[in-house]
Amino acid sequence: MSILVNNDTRLIVQGITGSEGAFHTSQMQEYGTNVVAGVTPGKGGQVQEGVPVYNSVREAKEKHDANTSVIFVPPPFAADAIMEATEAKLDLVVCITEGIPVKDMVTVRRYLEDKSTRLVGPNCPGVITPGAAKIGIMPGFIHKPGRVGIISRSGTLTYEAVHQLTNFGYGQSTAIGIGGDPIIGSTFIDLLELFGQDDETDAVVLIGEIGGSAEEDAAQWVTDTNFEKPIVSFIAGQTAPPGKRMGHAGAIISGGQGTAEDKMKALRAAGITVCDSPATIGEHVDAVL
Amino acid sequence: MKIHEYQAKELLRKYGVPVPDGQVAYSADEAEGIANDLGGGIVVVKAQIHAGGRGKGGGVKIANNVAEARSLADEIIGMNLVTHQTGPEGKKVNQVLIEQGIDIDRELYAGIVLDRAVGRNAFMVSTEGGVEIEKVAAETPEKILKEWIDPAVGFRPFQATRLAYGLGLQGSQVKSAVKFFLALYKAYQETDASLAEINPLVVTGQGKVLALDAKINFDDNALYRHKDIQKYRDLSEEAASEVEASKYELNYIKLDGKVGCMVNGAGLAMSTMDIIKLSGGEPANFLDVGGSASAETVKQGFKIILQDQNVKAVLINIFGGIVRCDRVAQGIIDALSDLDLDVPVVVRLEGTNAEEAAEILENSSLEFSVAKNLKEAAEKSVAVAA
Repeated sequence: MSILVNNDTRLIVQGITGSEGAFHTSQMQEYGTNVVAGVTPGKGGQVQEGVPVYNSVREAKEKHDANTSVIFVPPPFAADAIMEATEAKLDLVVCITEGIPVKDMVTVRRYLEDKSTRLVGPNCPGVITPGAAKIGIMPGFIHKPGRVGIISRSGTLTYEAVHQLTNFGYGQSTAIGIGGDPIIGSTFIDLLELFGQDDETDAVVLIGEIGGSAEEDAAQWVTDTNFEKPIVSFIAGQTAPPGKRMGHAGAIISGGQGTAEDKMKALRAAGITVCDSPATIGEHVDAVL
Repeated sequence: MKIHEYQAKELLRKYGVPVPDGQVAYSADEAEGIANDLGGGIVVVKAQIHAGGRGKGGGVKIANNVAEARSLADEIIGMNLVTHQTGPEGKKVNQVLIEQGIDIDRELYAGIVLDRAVGRNAFMVSTEGGVEIEKVAAETPEKILKEWIDPAVGFRPFQATRLAYGLGLQGSQVKSAVKFFLALYKAYQETDASLAEINPLVVTGQGKVLALDAKINFDDNALYRHKDIQKYRDLSEEAASEVEASKYELNYIKLDGKVGCMVNGAGLAMSTMDIIKLSGGEPANFLDVGGSASAETVKQGFKIILQDQNVKAVLINIFGGIVRCDRVAQGIIDALSDLDLDVPVVVRLEGTNAEEAAEILENSSLEFSVAKNLKEAAEKSVAVAA
């Protein structure tokens, strides 16, 4: 099994003719991802990385029976690209783009409310089911097929966690970067729910960071639903000063809210294993399994 | 991005949000002129810095006449203002806002901010104006009234009305407040603000509703479509090292420790700071060199870290994904050959081509301490910085 992506994934790349889009399309193909088409308005009819390019998502979907899209469109146009993919009724949209204005994402989130499409991101590394498909920009080779799910707000810190797991001999069922922005599509809770139902996931690693209350909400949900699979968590930013945005737009302690301390406390209260050090994620997963 | 109070009020005025009459002054002469223009009566002289808590720090004073306005402006301009938000080093005041004195009947609060949990903006008001809203939220949350804004239809008059009545306003005050709230939302929405806070929002003795103070922050990601707001940026309010770093698309924040660090990715950069602390040290900075850690970015990163005299060791932690570690290693060597470095450097490179990278570092004539993992890297750098 795994969640969100697998061998049946038929991928469209939005923004395939840009330098990032083209480069990562070839990387995803190399990993074995089934990229069926690309979309760049005005570039319809061209061929990029061996796949046909269309002017619209709807056209690409109809011609190739695509079910998933990944977005490499620049920030001013990215929100529109998400809505276009949603309107075309794709199952999953993964938005890699960093720097989308919050106002645009407020509109996107509203637009998604009564739609069937699931959004991951924006400002995220993407989703990978090792051995099956890689949708995003993460280095494929550090991953290995296995039974630990990963959900993370960060990029390179996710790679660090994956690397530690792989070193301990634990592969990953699916690893998802949910993104570092204040408004994102899929949350910790949405994905914990999917991992809970996945027969091939034995444990989940949850990597949070300062800002917002997504970790506290997840902890509450774990308590409320008696989530049974073991969860190991790490929160980045224990030393971050208040009022300073730590790289990600969403990673800021403001008005006394969103501190690592509060998040770690909430997670522990829900029975989740919390690592103090980012270097011990692998060890803790080893201990709970 | 943050702006000054006088700039926020200028913006609000454009959107029809009532603010007291006033103008910014850069000298005592200008202050005198403005106080005269305002009628020569009571004015308030307000230090303009980005930090809050200006009143308690002695940066806001009342002048009974033009002469007093002049002498207070003279006193405040150039002063080093220390508030709970500036840190003990304080902040130099370069300009003051001279504003008409207001006969205050009630002090209220109004603010708009994104509620991340629901992905919508929340319009908040409270009868507890003039105090920190976080304090009100923590101690008496029932005194904060909220309306969530549906982006499909915007902030509706019925919501503004509900808030106005919730504040206990009466008669014509309700109408003034509704108009005020709707205009404030329009300003927030059209400028891609990330925070609009009016604290206090006052009801005057004559029953008018006014923004006595105003704080507006903007979404950095949306500044590209607001050239007029970009002009409000005051570089003197930002740390020089952070401004310098942003020129190279590096994300740098200065902290107080001894261990400088250079990392790719914000989450990993924060984690690196955390593990330095867990290893008994203190991080000197947050520095995210981004996804493309080239020789040039590494070099600029070093320069910025080393401007900080407290730095006694530098830890480089790069997890190469798309970025190849061997290229980063070469970048580090090139940078160090060009720079006159007198602090020890600990390098941890993992991911794509990490082995080749280790070889490059070991074969160079420069002095490095190479660490195999995150824990070892942190411990080594803390040890050499001590």
